[in-house]
Amino acid sequence: MYSLESKDLHLYYGDFHALKGITMGMKKNEVTAFIGPSGCGKSTYLRCFNRMNDLIDNVRIDGEVLVDGVDIYQKSILVDDLRTHVGMVFQKPNPFPKSIFENVAYGLRVNGTKDKNLIAERVETSLKQAALWDEVKDKLKKSAFELSGGQQQRLCIARALAIEPSVLLMDEPASALDPISTAKIEELIYQLKENYTIIIVTHNMQQAGRVSDNTAFFYMGELVEYGKTKNIFTSPKDTRTQNYVTGRFG
Amino acid sequence: MKRYFHNFGERLIEGILALSGAVTSLTVLLIVVFLFKEGLGLFSQHPVSEGGVIVVNNQNPVKELSAKQIKEIYDQNITNWKEVGGKNQPIKIFRLEDITDYYPEEQLGANFEYLPQRLSELVSKQPEIIAYFPEQYLSKNFQGHPIELENITLGSFLGGKEWYPTIQPAVQMGVLPLILGTLWVSFGAILIALPLGLAAAIYTAEIADNKVRNTLKPVIELLAGIPSVVYGFFGLVVLVPLIQKVFGLPVGETALAGSIILGIMALPTIISVTDDAMRTTPRAMKEASLALGATKWQTIYKVVIPYSISGISTAAILGIGRAIGETMAVLMVTGNASVIPHTFLEPVRTIPATIAAELGEAPQGGIHFQALFALGCILFLMTLIINVSVDMVSAKKKANR
Ligand SMILES: Nc1ncnc2c1ncn2[C@@H]1O[C@H](COP(=O)(O)OP(=O)(O)O)[C@@H](O)[C@H]1O
Ligand SMILES: [Mg+2]
Repeated sequence: MYSLESKDLHLYYGDFHALKGITMGMKKNEVTAFIGPSGCGKSTYLRCFNRMNDLIDNVRIDGEVLVDGVDIYQKSILVDDLRTHVGMVFQKPNPFPKSIFENVAYGLRVNGTKDKNLIAERVETSLKQAALWDEVKDKLKKSAFELSGGQQQRLCIARALAIEPSVLLMDEPASALDPISTAKIEELIYQLKENYTIIIVTHNMQQAGRVSDNTAFFYMGELVEYGKTKNIFTSPKDTRTQNYVTGRFG
Repeated sequence: MKRYFHNFGERLIEGILALSGAVTSLTVLLIVVFLFKEGLGLFSQHPVSEGGVIVVNNQNPVKELSAKQIKEIYDQNITNWKEVGGKNQPIKIFRLEDITDYYPEEQLGANFEYLPQRLSELVSKQPEIIAYFPEQYLSKNFQGHPIELENITLGSFLGGKEWYPTIQPAVQMGVLPLILGTLWVSFGAILIALPLGLAAAIYTAEIADNKVRNTLKPVIELLAGIPSVVYGFFGLVVLVPLIQKVFGLPVGETALAGSIILGIMALPTIISVTDDAMRTTPRAMKEASLALGATKWQTIYKVVIPYSISGISTAAILGIGRAIGETMAVLMVTGNASVIPHTFLEPVRTIPATIAAELGEAPQGGIHFQALFALGCILFLMTLIINVSVDMVSAKKKANR
């Protein structure tokens, strides 16, 4: 069974047909990279899996989106619960104007965890997982805004990990970061794979090549090609994929 | 050519702007100077009522009394001279209309031409007397001495608990009830308006879709444009009787009525300022919260409200500012009793309402007139403090970004 799956998924922003019948599945413990030119629908598709598109007016969805085999757009689904299973990291680091500790504890608190020791423990583990603990352990009470951009992004990853989701959706998580921070995050993705289903949207072909097991190429709202990363990059079947991965457009 | 024109135009506009800036500042300055000049004149005035004198027997050692003591004597709360530093003898109060108790009308003369003489006689014969009468009846060789009144001091003005600016023989210029009345009504207004305004702003900023919001906003702004008399009228006709009935009061004109009306009047400001503040919360911040499984409400009170808290404080302070200065509506519904309020269900009198109600009957340049200006100064200082706090809050907000 796939961890994440969509069947003939169509999405419309008002009259605009943004996703055109996408059918694909992603397995647990695998990293899938979404690539494609800007505006092809990568973010839109990604945000279907935690129903983040619900926030936008005039969005209509046809088809099925399944998480662990369950249709997440059926009425009985509690969206808040879904989002504790499907975590998300955004393109730009977006910490809350709170302390480092409170940023990581936020998800636990809103989901009803009261036990102080448990919270402290989870904060520490998550920061360690996000390879940030050593840098911040002495200033947990400091504002998250005092961190550098790369640290903030790892804080956001720690924040997502703290509530122990099973899926991690990452929308260009390193696009705003310097090479060193980027390398740290790639390393992190590699380690997190052990426990998570990970999707990473990226504009960077090398990055897709380094971190992902599978790659999906999107073009104008369609899934053009999906397969092992190695195959997509070395022997793409579709000419559009070939043009894109060789840098001829995009 | 074009360049020359450009430069000339720019200079001209700069000049006009500078000039209008200067004129505006000057006008404001002039108004403030005028206000304080008139207001401060009060403190060189004797609080004895316009054109009257207070006299006692020559044997009486009391030379000076405060306005408050005189009122206490005339209210018969002080009945013995020893209470005000004189001999141990009861006080005999004399008002001009009592003169017929002592002298038959024919002894006063047809046109009261003998009145000054008789008054002098009376005061010299009665060692216990205190007499108040118009200055014109004070004869040249009057047998008795006038009582000096202490000047009004800032302390007695601010701390005085009684405001009877036209009472005889000595006016009472204590503004504490008016200051407290203003604060009570404004505080009550903000207590009502802030939660309501916050709720409405949360609704318009976070919950309502664009269509609802676009119809609601103009309606709220319309609310700000209604003249305050209309609010006052509504308060008088609807609210006052309702309060009277609900609380079983003898009168419905209370601080509560004023607070409710002012609260309604402050709502538009509070809603639109809060709404604007909340809308500046970055979308990314709200999405981050929702993506962690927070509900919409959790996101609002854990992210949106903390993020816009300085905007909300600004809204509250602006709302108070609106309430403190409001005149007409308050005048109509608060009952205007100048007593220190103890509950919201008592009538109160605010500073602006006092000025509006009394200025017309206060003779220009007189003590009452100046006292009203001094009240204006107090009001000015109150709103100044408020404006400075708004500036401080918004400066802090900028520093936080
Ligand atoms: N909220 C929205 N309303 C209308 N159109 C949108 C909205 N968000 C995205 N789109 C459109 O949908 C298409 C896909 O956008 P997106 O998923 O962000 O692309 P990508 O992440 O691949 O760059 C784009 O053409 C974009 O303009
Ligand atoms: Mg995108």
